[in-house]
Amino acid sequence: MHITKDLVAASATPLVLGILAEGESYGYAILKQVNELSGGQLEWTEGLLYPLLHRLERLGHVEAYWQTPAGGRRRKYYRITDQGRAEFAEQRRQWAAVVDTLRGVWDTARSVNPIAAPAWEAGR
Amino acid sequence: MTLDSDSDSDLEAQIAQWRAYTRRRRELHHTDTEELEDHLRSRITELVEAGLRTDEAFLIAVKRMGSLDELSREFAREHSERLWKQLVLPGEPDAPAAARTRRELPVMVVCAVVAALAIKVPGWFGFDLASDNDAGFYARNLSLFSLPALAAYFAWQRRVNARVVGVLAALFVLGAVAANVYPLADDSQSFVLTVIHLPLALWLVVGVAYVGGDWRSDRRRMDFIRFTGEWLIYLSLLGLGGGVLTAFTAGTFRAIGIDAEGFITLWLLPCGAMAAVVVSAWLVEAKQSVIENMAPVLTRVFTPLFAATLLAFLVAIVWTTNGIDVERDVLILFDLLLVVVLGLLLYAISARDLAARPGLFDRLQLALVVSALIIDVLVLLAITGRITEWGFSPNKTAALGENLVLLTNLAWSAWLFLSFVRGRTPFARLERWQTRYLAVYAGWAWIVVLAFPLVFDFA
Repeated sequence: MHITKDLVAASATPLVLGILAEGESYGYAILKQVNELSGGQLEWTEGLLYPLLHRLERLGHVEAYWQTPAGGRRRKYYRITDQGRAEFAEQRRQWAAVVDTLRGVWDTARSVNPIAAPAWEAGR
Repeated sequence: MTLDSDSDSDLEAQIAQWRAYTRRRRELHHTDTEELEDHLRSRITELVEAGLRTDEAFLIAVKRMGSLDELSREFAREHSERLWKQLVLPGEPDAPAAARTRRELPVMVVCAVVAALAIKVPGWFGFDLASDNDAGFYARNLSLFSLPALAAYFAWQRRVNARVVGVLAALFVLGAVAANVYPLADDSQSFVLTVIHLPLALWLVVGVAYVGGDWRSDRRRMDFIRFTGEWLIYLSLLGLGGGVLTAFTAGTFRAIGIDAEGFITLWLLPCGAMAAVVVSAWLVEAKQSVIENMAPVLTRVFTPLFAATLLAFLVAIVWTTNGIDVERDVLILFDLLLVVVLGLLLYAISARDLAARPGLFDRLQLALVVSALIIDVLVLLAITGRITEWGFSPNKTAALGENLVLLTNLAWSAWLFLSFVRGRTPFARLERWQTRYLAVYAGWAWIVVLAFPLVFDFA
């Protein structure tokens, strides 16, 4: 299944904030976690992730720092800030409202019109 | 396990190549590249653990990252400010943190303060910056306040050896002697000539410090020419800013009934101007790899305009058959014209790709130089008759000498340019001619400063 770009972009911020709320992390690990959480449905590109992380850093929702593990390479880690947690809670409320609304729409839509092929596709 | 280390070094080479590609993207900063490289390596490690060979893993990891175009476009959307080149001050976390570059800013500030205070030092010995009596003293010595500090800054920065420091010091002392030992009256012509030529002579001494004592190198001389153009531009920008600052200082203090004029004329303007000389030099150095040089840009704009003007002037002379009205100042006017043309030529050369083939702009440049030469020859022809009539005053001699110095330069430049446009000589010869010629300017400026007062009996 292909998820449209708009939807991916809209859900990206709460996803990153949510993952970072669990604990600090770095780019590649975040990408993998998103992949796992979505069961491979959400495929993020690096061009989406890193500018997003930098934007969140600029807004003050996350803070970044470089760390060199023993014998390893320098790596940039991200950590959520208090402001980021507040933003995450706010996003969560908004998304809950959207999801509730959508659920209502799915329910009514199913009762009115159970999923059927549109008439113009019936002949295929 | 030679196989393993072979593929490891292959991988390093491939990653280094990838890194070189990303470095070329202005949208991607050094730290971004590092972050992306970490990402790339993490993915490669994972793919290798899954059983792929390193080169396969590298290809897949790069492919999954997507094209650099797309990546930098995404980065540019978040970091649009990066498309505007910014000055990164040494000492900021992003800048390469060598101890010496971190000390650069404080050393520059010290040099600027020294230059600013130097102009106040004569005040302790009874000279008055504000009085008309001492205006002559300050005018003669103006370049001696700021340029030694500037030379000291470059001497420190380029780590020149003791011999060069000695040469620099000796030349500045010579300049100070020339400015102050000769009994020049404030209204004499020799005085004006010294005021104009001593800064030029000392500026080329700064050039010796700028090139780190390596004054024989054509490349370094060309760098100094580039530096001079940028320095002038930054200095005038700082001057504009200083004007605004002065206006606000005067205006705001007047609003509360305090007259700041004394402070402005005795401190703000003289000290600010002296410090600006050092600060703009530092700005040029700090910005040289960050921003495109402005002087060649201005050259591109004004070369066609000046060429058109000069050609129109020539056409007007031929059409109307009006001779050039040889007044006293006309020689100086045409000297300045030659200086402008030479400047346009120099800064076009300074920015040119030496290997590029001659193009339309080069032909325009040639037209500009040739028309300036023709005009100057007309002026000289008109003036030779009158020079005996006027006699050889210091001003006339200097103006004539300068004209000949510039004319020689431009004539030979035009010749070299012509053979370049016709594909006979490489462009580098023209560049070398110009850089070699710097020595002639230095020689001429020192002759005017040192010999003219003696020859003309301090007239």
